[in-house]
Order: sequence, then structure tokens, then C-alpha cells
Amino acid sequence: MTPALGMFLLFVLITLGITWWAARRSQGAAAFFTASRRITGWQNGIAVSGDYMSAASFLGIAGLIAFYGYDGFMFSVGWLVAYLTVLLVVAEPLRNAGKYTMADVLAYRLSPRPVRAMAALSTITVSTFYMIAQMVGAGALVALLLGSSHVSYQTAVIGVGVLMIIYVVFGGMLATTWVQIIKAILLMLGTILLSLLVLAHFDWSLTNFFNAATHVTYHEKGELVTKNFLDPGLRFTPANHGALDLISLGMALVFGTAGLPHILVRFYTVPDAKTARVSVVWAMILIGSFYIMTTFLGFGAATIVGRDHIAGHGGNNMSAPLLAQALAGDIFFAFIAAIAFATILAVVAGLTISASTSFAHDFWTAVVHHGTERRPGEEVQVARITAFFVGAIAIGIAILLGKDANVAFLVALAFAVAASANLPVIVLSLFWKRFNTSGAVCGLASGLLASLVLIALSPSVMKVDPPTVLGAARHLIQRPPIFPLENPGIVSIPLGFLGAILGTLLRWEPAAEARFDELVVRANTGLGAEKAQ
Amino acid sequence: MASPDDPKPPIDPTPIIGAATDIAPLSHSAPKPAHERTAAEEAGTTDWAGIAASARFKELLRAKRRFIVPAMIVFILYYFALPALVGYARPLMEKRVLGPVNLAYLFALSQFFMAWIIAALYVRAANRFDRQARDIRTENPPR
Repeated sequence: MTPALGMFLLFVLITLGITWWAARRSQGAAAFFTASRRITGWQNGIAVSGDYMSAASFLGIAGLIAFYGYDGFMFSVGWLVAYLTVLLVVAEPLRNAGKYTMADVLAYRLSPRPVRAMAALSTITVSTFYMIAQMVGAGALVALLLGSSHVSYQTAVIGVGVLMIIYVVFGGMLATTWVQIIKAILLMLGTILLSLLVLAHFDWSLTNFFNAATHVTYHEKGELVTKNFLDPGLRFTPANHGALDLISLGMALVFGTAGLPHILVRFYTVPDAKTARVSVVWAMILIGSFYIMTTFLGFGAATIVGRDHIAGHGGNNMSAPLLAQALAGDIFFAFIAAIAFATILAVVAGLTISASTSFAHDFWTAVVHHGTERRPGEEVQVARITAFFVGAIAIGIAILLGKDANVAFLVALAFAVAASANLPVIVLSLFWKRFNTSGAVCGLASGLLASLVLIALSPSVMKVDPPTVLGAARHLIQRPPIFPLENPGIVSIPLGFLGAILGTLLRWEPAAEARFDELVVRANTGLGAEKAQ
Repeated sequence: MASPDDPKPPIDPTPIIGAATDIAPLSHSAPKPAHERTAAEEAGTTDWAGIAASARFKELLRAKRRFIVPAMIVFILYYFALPALVGYARPLMEKRVLGPVNLAYLFALSQFFMAWIIAALYVRAANRFDRQARDIRTENPPR
């Protein structure tokens, strides 16, 4: 058994212990869906950051900086700044006026069945796409980190899937939350250690460190080149509409984070709106420190390990683990690899619980059964069964796609849908009295559709690969892209708002306007908000 | 039958059937005490329009808007200035200002502090909003 596998199994044992503890305490719907709303501010803040800092951040951004220098760091910035939208606009009203899902806030004023049906569709779309991307990543990582001789891609995907089903089905929100908290603490520890080791390598001198980053040497198309990695332009160039793509990505982050269902459900786990605010602040401290440290991880990997070595040992996603190996040997490599697994596991568990909550609460109870449970506990039971099916489907699709599948566009898609479908209707229902049911349905539908279509036409899906790229790694459609940007936000977000506004103006709904007062008072004062149990 | 919200409950309610104790009766005939009602059951029990029209509530909304709208504008302008400048003013951004470190990196780094500063200012302002919201809640106890 490799050290990485051993450390990972230790994490699994601890989290299974937590699940067992949580299962004995989780009785009833509020316990299952919201951990009885008794998570404290700092706990929820750590859990939010755990939900948010996926393998894409830990491995992906470190790798982007190692390969593209400053342009990779541009990704880091947006991920934190996006939390200002969550803090200023969404977190507190949502906690005050909702119960289990984001659709609760919409359903206050609007006709519940069509709105919840659309919101559930959008939530499940976002969560499933994001989850498949994580699962494929998990499988590929295991093959790289452990060597496929020990654990195959299929075994890794099934293992991650089964564990996430166990956490969610038996432990509910309480277990999921604690898995996130432990993972986030491990991730921060690993990142801090790695950053300190990088600084130690440069004799604790920031000047030495940044000096090294100004001349990084690597092979490009067979030629040895030296580039200043602190200068922009290694990835986003005028030729590929770089600035527009960055602005578009920024829009998807700034508006999408506040519409990600697995982040939004976290605000129902705290006792009140003030605690929700405190938890966003904690999350911002952690997420900000983490992304600042990606400077050391990324530039460290570029200067100490070198781009050529990384490219020959698994590609840019392996930058952080390879840096760990170069600085402190195999045991530290194993520790960082185990953190990467833990990260994926915790994020998929968070996604599963938000998808199954939405299906059970919004679709099964509210849409199919007109808002009443047929027997007590039905909603929780349905959520558990959904979690099982969501997990099984994600395992199936991830295995079908295979480990080389080109799935990076799925994460961009999740953010685009969250920003273009979810956020416009949340904001308009909170701030626009005239907003109504047809506006919400049209807004969700147009945002969802615009994101799907534009991603399908973008270079993430449509691209002519050179013949050296084989099999599933090839882009899905081998044609020049019709839509030039990788991130559709700059077009799809305005389309989402436009759909919501036009849909509203199409119909007149006095009942929705009449209940606006109630929603505004509830959202801003916390009067009649759901209480902790 | 005595209602749970009876203003003057008897001193020892034990012998009275359906008396106002803090435990909801097993049969569902009497209304639940306020603290056991869910948000859905409380719908329609409060004069929402009255509160929305009250001076105190309007003052709370005004105070929130006075902070949140400018904060959103500042952060969105500041944040999108980064990709715009990096994309369209690269020579300026490549200027070294602090040893080897160029303006582009410092500007990106400053975004983190901008986010933290706005968050800190909001938390300070929100403590004031909390007091105003609490006053409104105590004035309008759930019925």
C-alpha cells in the first residue's frame, strides 16, 4: 500500500465515523436537510469554503499558474471577489425567507408549482454537471497519484461515488458539513505548509521568489524559451479574445457564485441571518488566504519543478503534488495527494445533498404532491433515495466518459447556469415588486438554455484537435467554434435577465405583487424566519 | 376552550382541558403556540403590509440601500477594471513597481484586500441594521 492510499483510507475512516455519529442524531426533516440549523458561524464559514475550494481550485489553479503564470492567477482573484455578491445581496435574505432550498424564496410570492419545477431542474442541472466533472477528475487523479497498478479509474470512481452516497444517505447535512470542515482544514494546512516550504526554498526572501518568477525557462514547440511569468498574456491573448473571455469569466464568477445551489443551501444550516453573514465573512477570510497562497504554489511549481517536468509527469493538474514531492519527498507528496482526494469527496457530497434536497422538497413534495407530504418523513425518505440515484448516475456517466474525457467545460457550464438562470430570478424576486411567475419561469428557462447552447458552440466543446489528441480527450464537435469565448457569461447573463423581465411584462399577476410586502419584510427583518431546533 | 394566546392564563392551568401550556396539544384542534409554528403556518398571521409601510421599516430599507448599492458599484467597477486593464493596457500593467513585481500582480493582489475591506465595512454597518430589524421584530410579535 502506498502512503497516499494509507492517508486517504485514514480520512475515509474518520469521515465514516462522523457519518455514524451524525446518523444517530439526524432525526426529522430539519435535521437531515439543514443539520437542525445549529451549525455555528465559523463552522459554516469553514464548510462554505470547503464546498467551494474544489479540486479545480487546489490542483487546477496551481497548475494554471505553473503553466501560464499571471494569467492563471487572474482566475484566483474572481473566486474570492464573487463572495461580495453572496455577502451583500443573497445570504441574509435567503436565510430569513427560505426553508430548505433557493426555490423557497421564489415560491413565497409566485405560483409554487411551475417555479419550483423550473428551479429544481436548474439546481439538478448545475449539481449534476459539476459532480460529473469532479468524478472524472477524481478517477483520473487516482490513476496519476497512486499509479493505475494499485487502483484503476473505475475503482476510484465507484469508491468516491459510494462514499458520497453513504455520507449523504446516512449522515444527511450534519455529516456532509463535518466532512467539509475537516477537508477544508486539511486543505488549508497543506497549502500553508507548501507555501512555507516554497518560501524556505528561496531563503525566506520574497524578492528572490518573485525574481525567479520573472525568468522561467521551458520548452515550447521544441524550442527553449524564457518568459516573465509575472507578465500577463501567456494564455489570454488578443488573438483568442483574451480580455473579453476574462471579463466573461469574471461575470460568471461574480454572479454565479451567489446562484450555486450547493453554496446557497449552506445558509440554511445556521440559526439566523446574522450567523449566515458571519459565516460568509469566515469563508472570505479562508478563501482569500487560500487563493493568495496559490501564488506560492503556482509560481513555486513553475520555478522549482519546472513546466517541462510537470508536462512529462501527468500535466498541469499535478503541479501542486509534484511541488510537494520536489520540496519534501514522497510522504509529503502522499499527504497532498490525500488532501486532493478528500477535496473531491467533500465537494461531491455537498453537491449530492443539494441536488437531492431540491428534488425531494421542490419537485416531489411541492410539484408532484401539491405541497403536502403524504406521510410524515416522506420528504427525507425521497431525498435519501434521490441521493442514491444521483450517486449511481454520476458513477455511471463518469465511467462511460472515461478518464481522458475533456470535461473542463462542465464546470464553466455549472457557473454559467447558476449566473444566468438562478441569480436573475433570485435578485428580481427580492427587489422587483412587479416580478411574477411567468417572469421566473422564462428567466430560469432562458438562462439555462442560453448557457447550454452557448457552451455547446464554444471552443470548450467545438474545436479542431490536432491528430495527436486521441479518443475521449478530443473535443466533442470537431469544427471551428461558432461562439468565440470559453465562458458564455457575458451573453448568457443578460439573456437570463432579459428572459425574466420580458416574461414578467407578458403577464399580470396581482397575487404576486400583493405578497411582495411580506417577502421584503421577512427578508430584511427575519420576522417569522425558520428557527433552529 | 382557552386559547393558547389568552392574555390572562390561570395560575395553574393543569385541570383545564386544552389550557395554554407551552406544549402543543396532541389533537390538532387548538392552534399551536407561537414558537412551534413553522414559517408556512405563520403566513397571513402578521400585518405585513402594515410593517412594510411603517416609518421604521422604510428607514431600515433606506439605510441598507445607502450601503449596499454604492458597495456593489465600487466592487464591480474595481474588479472588472482588472481584466479590462490587463487586456487593453498591457504595457502599463507590465511596469515594474516593487522590485521584480509589476503593477498587474499588485493590482490583482489588491483585489483581495478590496474584498476584505468592503466585507469588514459591511459587517460594521450590518450591526446597525440588526438593531433596527430587532426593534421591528419586537414591535410586531408573531400573533
